[in-house]
Amino acid sequence: MSTETLTGTGEKRKRENIFARIPQVYYFLVVVTVTGIVLDQVFANGNILSNPSIFRNILIRSVALGIVAVGQTFVMIGASIDLSVAYTISLTAVLTSLIMQGDPARVPMAILVVLVVGAFIGLINGLIITKLNVNSFIATLGTGLIIEGLLSGSFSNWSGAVPESFRSLGYNAIGPIPISIILLSIVVLAGWFILSRTKFGAHLYGVGGDHQIARLSGLRTDRVLIGAHVICSITAVLSALFIVSRLGSGAPWVGPDGVYDLESVATTVIGGTALSGGRGGVFGTLAGVLIFGVIDTVFNQLGVDTFLKMVLRGAIIILAVASYSVRSKREAA
Amino acid sequence: MTEGKIESLSTSKKEPLLIARNITKKFPGVVALDDVSVEFFPGEVHAVVGENGAGKSTLMKIMAGAYSSDEGEVILNGEAVEFSHPQEAQQRGVAIIYQEFNLLPERTVAQNIYLGREPARFGVINQRELNNMALGVLKDIGIDSIISPSEMTSSLSVAELQLVEIAKAVSLDAKILIMDEPTASLTSTEVQLLSDLISRLKEKGLAIIFISHRLVEVFQVADKITVLKDGAHVGTVATPDASPEDIVYMMVGRLLDHYFPPLGEEEEFGEVILEVKNGGNDFLKDINLMLRKGEVVGISGLQGSGRTELAQALFGVVPFKEGQIIINGKPVTIRTPVRAIKAGIGYVTEDRKSEGLLLMQPIRDNMLLVVRALRSIFKWIHPDGVRSNRYLVPTLGKQVDVRVDTYSKEVQDLSGGNQQKVVLTKWLASQAEIFIFDEPTRGIDVEAKASIHDLIRDLTKQGVAVIMISSELPEIIGMSDRILVMHEGKIGGELPAESSEPEIMLVATGQMNGNRETESAISGGGIK
Repeated sequence: MSTETLTGTGEKRKRENIFARIPQVYYFLVVVTVTGIVLDQVFANGNILSNPSIFRNILIRSVALGIVAVGQTFVMIGASIDLSVAYTISLTAVLTSLIMQGDPARVPMAILVVLVVGAFIGLINGLIITKLNVNSFIATLGTGLIIEGLLSGSFSNWSGAVPESFRSLGYNAIGPIPISIILLSIVVLAGWFILSRTKFGAHLYGVGGDHQIARLSGLRTDRVLIGAHVICSITAVLSALFIVSRLGSGAPWVGPDGVYDLESVATTVIGGTALSGGRGGVFGTLAGVLIFGVIDTVFNQLGVDTFLKMVLRGAIIILAVASYSVRSKREAA
Repeated sequence: MTEGKIESLSTSKKEPLLIARNITKKFPGVVALDDVSVEFFPGEVHAVVGENGAGKSTLMKIMAGAYSSDEGEVILNGEAVEFSHPQEAQQRGVAIIYQEFNLLPERTVAQNIYLGREPARFGVINQRELNNMALGVLKDIGIDSIISPSEMTSSLSVAELQLVEIAKAVSLDAKILIMDEPTASLTSTEVQLLSDLISRLKEKGLAIIFISHRLVEVFQVADKITVLKDGAHVGTVATPDASPEDIVYMMVGRLLDHYFPPLGEEEEFGEVILEVKNGGNDFLKDINLMLRKGEVVGISGLQGSGRTELAQALFGVVPFKEGQIIINGKPVTIRTPVRAIKAGIGYVTEDRKSEGLLLMQPIRDNMLLVVRALRSIFKWIHPDGVRSNRYLVPTLGKQVDVRVDTYSKEVQDLSGGNQQKVVLTKWLASQAEIFIFDEPTRGIDVEAKASIHDLIRDLTKQGVAVIMISSELPEIIGMSDRILVMHEGKIGGELPAESSEPEIMLVATGQMNGNRETESAISGGGIK
């Protein structure tokens, strides 16, 4: 039996077009940016976006959200969710400035402690979800509330301070590139590498795509999911470190004020990661974060009502997700 | 089956690779397998055929470790084995491919084949190696020209997914490959592709076991055919020694073990209530049928022949794109279920748990679901609106004889038979005139079956017209005043009441087309 007899039936698909591999969300990003430019020209005579520092601002504003959204992408690919990130950010931000007390010598110890604390929170989230079989939405809502309660019970204001040297993370640049952007790039690239190049990543897509298939393929599904939660909480810690370096000190409200829980979920979803898991990636999420950054910057500069800004964000979330579900319906047909 | 053929079976000098010996498996209320013994040899394609409920899938699942048997043993390479998990069977070289594929749509072919077994160093996957390994497997079974390792599985057709599943099994070093209805949703070219692959695997010395309904393919591909019937092993024959007619008789030759209410009388049937002219959509073509008041029309056909699709088209779930539906002499457009309900159609779905009932809601609310849905929402505010419907509940309950102490009990606490009755009351309450039943008695015990059958007859006595889809031939024969047999999305033929099982099967397998009048028009297609 030779293969010649078969080639007639299965036509060889052409090599995938490079454009098909760009996450769809980048088209949204282009649309949003172009709209921003038009608004800028019409209402501000092009003063906003012709200023190169504005682009840098968009990026810096996106750093805190971007880092934690990478972590959120991990758990959401695993068909889970983490709503405790905002409080994890608050807790570790406060701890960081409290331990550092303005002393450069204590920076390494502070970073180590908050990373351990973050990993522990992720571990607990993961254990509750996998071993106690609690829905991830509820489980992380619960741990988030617990952290918030403990935090508000112990601190009511800015606590401690970070040394000047640490603040360079937030403000300084290596050449023309701000350190914060380098940090975000490293996190995004590391996220991409883990998801697409390691066994852990492949298994995470498997666990999120179909739990049963993953189990039958011999994957240790619980460990994979717990790992994703640990990674997510660690990204929350990294966000917190960036935030305290900008603010100089930590306070219990820095996480919830930034709405990092819901915004990280929203940007991940806009970026094409399905709530049901198994698909998506960090580059899509990055575009989602940048879309929010562009909207924020342009609207702030134009002095537009914040409520209108929220309406626009909401509309974009719905549009993006609707376009994905239309697409997957088409594929199914 | 003539004598002397047994010899040709035992002439193969090979030892059997897998033996199912005296397997018995009981489920609550049914004996799924009764002392079944079959031997499977390397380098042989072995088809297992039988009607729905004959026990084919149960036998396969026992051999693949998804079920354990109550009695008997599975012997692999001369050694008795007891698999506690499908993965264990897989490691010992027994792979099973279900109709529902176990592939992740958002991943590539290579990633799927080696999920959990990726070549990696320090946790980092060697992509090139992964793709090369997958390519090796695809080449090995000769499908590398059709499927490339880096393709996303979501872009593959059903047939290609099947090939990927086979490649995965081969990569796991499977010695025994079990396939559940592999051809059920394939086109004829795709079937050819699959059977080519099966013959190549056979040459490699694999034992291939496949379940099928389609006798044409069984005769093309299989070396041996085992027939199961009602959980018992009827016989195993070498393919060249049997004709499709022999097999069909082995599959269905049995006594009716169940009482059915008397069929309707010609003079009881009223005027035509439903007519479909040249109906068609993606799954169906040239559907022409008519239904009279007081009549039960049975729809038979193999799995995938379009039975359920026909019901869904009539009910507007997946509507007809072409043709015309006429109800009570008036043409109607049915694009959504709401339209169908308003036109007087009720649909008792095959899967009552996910499509027919709100399991965690009380019986009462389930009964009133359809009436409430159709009613103007403003009636909710009016106190009478709520109460007036509640009067219906006991009446409905009595009408179908649902045995419960209180109607506020959750539906999930009822037995299968009682649940089905609750589904019926939904449509009784909405005063449907056309009832479509899709597998009305699947998973229901014998006694409840009889009472559902009586109920269906009672409905027709009240002038309701019934379309009943069933994969159980005795049910079709016992209940239908006329029988429509589906074949590949078309109505393959119409048979009168009390046609025999072989007649239905011959139409359903496409070996006889048509109506009793054009009898003996046996299409010569394919079978030698």
